[in-house]
Amino acid sequence: MMPEFLDASTVQYLQAAALLLIGLYGIVARSHLLRKLMAMNILQVAVIVFFIALSTKSGATVPVVPADAVDIDPAAYVNPLPHALMLTAIVVSVSTTGVALALLIRIRRRYGTLNESALLDRLRE
Amino acid sequence: MNSGFGSPALDAASRLMTPFMLMFGAYVVVYGHDSPGGGFQGGVIIAACLILVRLVRGRAAGWVMPPEVAVVLLCTGAGIFAGVGLLGPIFGGHFLDYSALPLPLAPAEVRAAGSLAVEIGVALAVTGVLELIFDVLVEARDDA
Amino acid sequence: MARLAVIPLLALGAVLAAAASGLPRIGDPESPAATHASPRYIARGHEETGATNLVTGVLADYRAYDTLGETTVICAAGLACWLILGGRSRGAGS
Repeated sequence: MMPEFLDASTVQYLQAAALLLIGLYGIVARSHLLRKLMAMNILQVAVIVFFIALSTKSGATVPVVPADAVDIDPAAYVNPLPHALMLTAIVVSVSTTGVALALLIRIRRRYGTLNESALLDRLRE
Repeated sequence: MNSGFGSPALDAASRLMTPFMLMFGAYVVVYGHDSPGGGFQGGVIIAACLILVRLVRGRAAGWVMPPEVAVVLLCTGAGIFAGVGLLGPIFGGHFLDYSALPLPLAPAEVRAAGSLAVEIGVALAVTGVLELIFDVLVEARDDA
Repeated sequence: MARLAVIPLLALGAVLAAAASGLPRIGDPESPAATHASPRYIARGHEETGATNLVTGVLADYRAYDTLGETTVICAAGLACWLILGGRSRGAGS
C-alpha cells in the first residue's frame, strides 16, 4: 500500500518533477551534445505534463461544447487555456530541436566530434 | 536521400494512404472550430504526408519541395496571420480583433471566419517549417 | 566531475517534492488555474468566438497575439535552419 501522503495528485506532480530532474541531469552531466539535446526534450515534456495535469477537473469532459449549448457550466469542461499554451509549446519545441540539430551538424562538420571535452580541446588548439 | 526506402509493400501502402492523409489534414484544419484539431495539428499531418512520400519513394516521386518554396510557404503563413490581424486596425478595431471585419455575418461568425483564416495561415507555416527542417537535415546527411 | 551535478539536483528535487504537497489537488474545480480566466472562456467562448472547440477559440481568438508570436518563432526557426545548413552545403556539393 502507498503511504498516506502519496495521493494521486502528489504522485503526478512528483512524476513531472522526476522528469524535470532527469532532463536537467542529462543537460549538465552528459558530455555528448546530442544526448544533451535529448535531455532538453525530456525537460520540455516535464513542463507539458505539469501544465496538462493542472488543466484537469474531476468529472469534467473535453473542452468541445455542443453547438446548441446555453448556460454552459465551467465545471463541466476542463480548462482549455493550458491545452492551448502547450499546443504552441510542442510546436516550438519541435522547431528548436530542428535548429539545434542543424547546429550540431555544423559543429560535427567543423570539428569532427560532438563530445564536449574533445570539442573544448579542439577549441583551445 | 535520392533513393527512398521503397519496397513494393511500402510503395503500395504509401500510395494508398497519401490521399487520405492529405484529405484528413485539410479536414483537421478546416474543422478545427467544431472538433479537436486546428492549424498546428492539420499542418503537421500534411507535412507528415509529404515526408512519408519522400521517405518511401525518394526524389523520384517528384514530391520534393525545394527549400526556397518551403520558405515562401512559411513566410506566407506568418504573413496571412499578421495580415488578418492588421485588418482589425484598418477597419477601426484593435490589432487581431476579428470582430471589426466588415463581413455580412453574425458577430460570432465574423470572429470565427477571422480565426479560420488565421488557422489556415498557421497550417501553412507549420507545413513549411517541418518540410524545411526535414529537407535541410536530410540534405546535410547526404553531403557529410 | 560531472557526477557532482547530482548534489544540487537532489537539493532541487527535495524542494520540488516539498512544493508538490502545497500545489492544488489535481482535478480540483476550485484550483486557482480553473477559477480566474478560464470560466469566462468556457462559459462565453462559443457565443463570442463561434468555435465549439474551446481550445481553438482560445488559441486563435482570445490569445491570438500569443499564437502570432509563436508563428513568428517557428518562422524564425525554419529560416535559421535553412541559413545554418541549407545554402552552403548545396553550394559545396555542386
